[in-house]
Amino acid sequence: MNISERWLREWVSPELSTEELAHQITMAGLEVDAIDPVAGAFSGVVVAQIISAEQHPDADKLRVCQVHTGSETVQIVCGAPNARAGLKAPLAVVGAVLPGDFKIKQAKLRGVESRGMLCAEQELGLSDASDGLMELPADAPVGTDIRDYLVLDDKVIEIGLTPNRADCLGIAGIAREVGLLNKLPVNELHYDKVGESIADTFPVELQAADRCPRYVGRIIKGVDVSRPSPLWLQEKLRRCGIRSIDAVVDVTNYLLLELGQPMHAFDYDKLQGGIVVRNASAGESLELLDGQTVELQADTLVIADGSGPVAMAGIMGGQPTAVGEGTRNIFLEAAFFTPDLLAGKARAYGLHTDSSHRFERGVDFQLQVTAMERASQLLLDIVGGEAGPIIEVVSAQDLPARPAVKLRSARIEKLLGFGMDGSEVERILSGLGLGVSATADGWTCAVPSWRFDIAIEADLLEELARVYGYNRLPVTHIRADLVIPAREETSLSVRALRRHLAARDYREAITYSFVEPGLQRVFDPELEPVALSNPISADMAVMRTSLLPGLLGAVLRNTKRQQPRVRLFETGLRFVPGADGLQQISTLALVMTGGRGEESWAGGAEAADFFDLKGDLQGLLQLTRAPGEFAFEPGSRPGLHPGQTANITRQGQVVGYLGALHPSVTAELGLAAPLYACEIDLGAVLQSQLPAFAEISKFPEVRRDLAVVVDKSVPAAELMANVRTVAGTYLTDLRLFDVYEGKGIDPKRKSLALGLTFRDQSRTLGDEDVNKAMGQVVDLLEKNYKAELRN
Amino acid sequence: MENLEPLANEAKAAIAAAEDGATLEQLRVDYLGKKGQITALLKGLGQLSAEERPAAGAQINVVKQELQELISARKNALESAAVQTKLAAETIDVTLPGRDKSTGGIHPVTRTMERMEDFFAAIGFEVVEGPEIEDDYHNFEALNIPAHHPARAMHDTFYVDEHTVLRTHTSPVQVRVMESQAPPLRIICPGRVYRCDSDLTHTPMFHQVEGLLIDEHSSFADLKGLIEDFLRAFFERELEVRFRPSYFPFTEPSAEVDIQCVNCGGEGCRVCSHTGWLEVMGCGMVHPRVFEYSNIDTEKYSGFAFGMGVERLAMLRYGVNDLRLFFDNDLRFLEQF
Repeated sequence: MNISERWLREWVSPELSTEELAHQITMAGLEVDAIDPVAGAFSGVVVAQIISAEQHPDADKLRVCQVHTGSETVQIVCGAPNARAGLKAPLAVVGAVLPGDFKIKQAKLRGVESRGMLCAEQELGLSDASDGLMELPADAPVGTDIRDYLVLDDKVIEIGLTPNRADCLGIAGIAREVGLLNKLPVNELHYDKVGESIADTFPVELQAADRCPRYVGRIIKGVDVSRPSPLWLQEKLRRCGIRSIDAVVDVTNYLLLELGQPMHAFDYDKLQGGIVVRNASAGESLELLDGQTVELQADTLVIADGSGPVAMAGIMGGQPTAVGEGTRNIFLEAAFFTPDLLAGKARAYGLHTDSSHRFERGVDFQLQVTAMERASQLLLDIVGGEAGPIIEVVSAQDLPARPAVKLRSARIEKLLGFGMDGSEVERILSGLGLGVSATADGWTCAVPSWRFDIAIEADLLEELARVYGYNRLPVTHIRADLVIPAREETSLSVRALRRHLAARDYREAITYSFVEPGLQRVFDPELEPVALSNPISADMAVMRTSLLPGLLGAVLRNTKRQQPRVRLFETGLRFVPGADGLQQISTLALVMTGGRGEESWAGGAEAADFFDLKGDLQGLLQLTRAPGEFAFEPGSRPGLHPGQTANITRQGQVVGYLGALHPSVTAELGLAAPLYACEIDLGAVLQSQLPAFAEISKFPEVRRDLAVVVDKSVPAAELMANVRTVAGTYLTDLRLFDVYEGKGIDPKRKSLALGLTFRDQSRTLGDEDVNKAMGQVVDLLEKNYKAELRN
Repeated sequence: MENLEPLANEAKAAIAAAEDGATLEQLRVDYLGKKGQITALLKGLGQLSAEERPAAGAQINVVKQELQELISARKNALESAAVQTKLAAETIDVTLPGRDKSTGGIHPVTRTMERMEDFFAAIGFEVVEGPEIEDDYHNFEALNIPAHHPARAMHDTFYVDEHTVLRTHTSPVQVRVMESQAPPLRIICPGRVYRCDSDLTHTPMFHQVEGLLIDEHSSFADLKGLIEDFLRAFFERELEVRFRPSYFPFTEPSAEVDIQCVNCGGEGCRVCSHTGWLEVMGCGMVHPRVFEYSNIDTEKYSGFAFGMGVERLAMLRYGVNDLRLFFDNDLRFLEQF
């Protein structure tokens, strides 16, 4: 909310600079976001009157004006369409300096002398309006400095109010706070009740009294809406960010700003029958003040007359019954709408108005008659007319309840950490308008009608802390019993994995959890991803079912920026819809493209392949201390190379995949080099085994090597598993130390070289022990794999 | 005996000239071996008189001793030279870079989040995580933010359907812990959160670390102490910390926490919009209604909660000037951490 500092100071004026005042209310919870002057920095601008305006001889759009400055008459060439004889407008005389350090000099415009510049609001930094000269009232004293005339020695204080502080959505509420903070009395609202000079009333019926427990109306007849609002009123509105429309609208806006009471004025002659406050019926529509016609939803509260809805209650009035140039008689409304029942309604129509903003947060439900009296007085002063009696319809039982709230001094001490002096408690609470009465263990507080945020003891504690000053409250350190927590040694931490991968030359990436649906479909065509109903953009429209699309994006951004070698990992959730509902699966993904190592004198620039990534992953799986539980089985996945993809299993359960990106996908994405990727469920990796000691043998080991030629299609892992089974219990290590295909070997076959290590715990093995084992291995290989021994 | 001296001189010259072990060995055999020339002189002593014999013998033995030492010394010198030659040949350029020296790294957001967790873990806070697609109840209702509450507008929520959202904060994790565990509680909830907002200073996804403490005697004073300690530990500076009243539906009293600008020290600069202060987190005493949702006795227990944006603090800590860099994953950015 923007407020004029001068306006606030009419209510209460502490001896503080603007900045000090702003700091003070900020620290009390009314956060000041900005302080701006109400006009730009300028000098040498006076109230002037155009005496005559003649067409410029050489320019269609310019006029040559004789302008009276109070002391002389000067000739001004002006391009504004509203430059006309008789008009009073600001004049920057020769020597004036306008905002932006723009100096006004004597000039010739198309050959005609001009001694100064007539100004629009925008040129003085008063508003953005630049559609013509600023029109000053007819009674503006010619020759007066415009800064003095408009009282521009003022600041706009912009307060970012939190939703709980509806009571400060008017100058009066902010003044209440300022008064309390400075221990100053706040000036009372002064107005004279207007006399009821006519007897006209209008029927008002509350059909939805729960949503509108109080409705106050009044007829004012014989108004002259051609009379403009006085300058002081227009200026107050302008400084608070509201543009002057006409006097009737201006007065309702004035009350909105001053007391926080939204009001509405109808053209009385366009209303039929009487006012009914009710829910909209199906099929009803309403043309709003902003020109749009809306189909009303059945849960929308409307102000209706005999012909149907005439306003969307608390949100916006209707166009057909609006006050306009021809209006002679008005019906003025000041109502209270229940916040909880109005909340969200404006938003349902894509609307948010000054009125709905206040009603949703809570308007003082005792304020309506006061606001009506105040508005009547202002209106009659400006547009004249005769007021009828105030019509008030109330459903008392539907007005908000304000149960008294108990405050115990022990709770102040417990929750704020110190015992606040009782007199200070009473000063603060009563200063906020609460009725405070002492009890045995504290106080009972009656809550004023303007506070919608005080219902329980904690609310009062907040008020005390806030007004007393958060930074004056004590500071202590938490105390707690120190208990050693349970820690499972077999649970690996994600941190450990991250450190391990970083040490293996992977950089951690964090990509968005929402991805572009098309790319994701390449990898998970079967899954219908979770879609957002309000995505930020089409390329962030669905939740990822895989971390791969996001990481691919990151890789592409890097390769496009001349970083051909990219090794990234990411941990995070992927969102997998399934028959049992949505699963949010914690996942680890790695991607690799480009050189095996950094380009170096020692080599390393050769392209990485499947086994680089697999090796890094297997290295990571060593952390589980159970790498043997994991297996890599030939598999296939959409988007991956059919001959270079493995499913990863742990104890037979598929927990991830590893593979090369399909060459067609690689090409489509514009990647220059193959890309290898793997994804594995974190849950499968984080479970490790407890170390269990095994006796270390004192006896020597025996190593035998064996090279066999088998069909290419024989998976090495399977062959080795079978070798391990038949090699007997002395086998302690089996390794595949060479794989050879090519010259000297049948093109359909490959040579595998195995190294077998034998050892026993209790004795030195003899040749016969090892020969027997090797015999079994050779038998197996010959029989099951048609292996030929090499050598 | 008259030829002892020339013989000795000849031998010495030959030893000095020897260039390898084999030559030396030959010289040893030639002079000192069983049939060697010095040995022959010793053998010839018998021909001398008994008076001359001892002196002559002593002279020959001196020469023999001397030659033996010279051979040994020359041998050592030759071996040492050979080793030196070999070592010289094996010299490498130790300034060449090592093999496979590159390492990766941890994302700055993770790095920051882990640091935050560590400070709180050190005083007994447990790290807890939770789902990111969350139901309306845990993200809003149970945190005292009913439907249509104006505070919901502050959240710019991503919706999956009417009752399902992308969590807008990690507070729902706190709710889940309160539902399943009895106080006292000390937890830290780090993780990704989502808001439907994207511009220079907002990304639709970011990270929060939120904390919750509940016990029988926690107060706003404790909260202030904890937050001040944390911020000073995080920035490793004795900076000014101030608490400003604010509003969150799930805490009361609620506060925004400002620190003295870490860029200008409070003088006023671009980073702090010339105010000297930086808003870094929100906090407050847990609202009694939040306790009621989780059936925690509000008379017996009190507690406080706090939450901060990880990217915001990482930017301040490391001087990062563009939020969007965190999710661009440019290696030239990642390599800086």
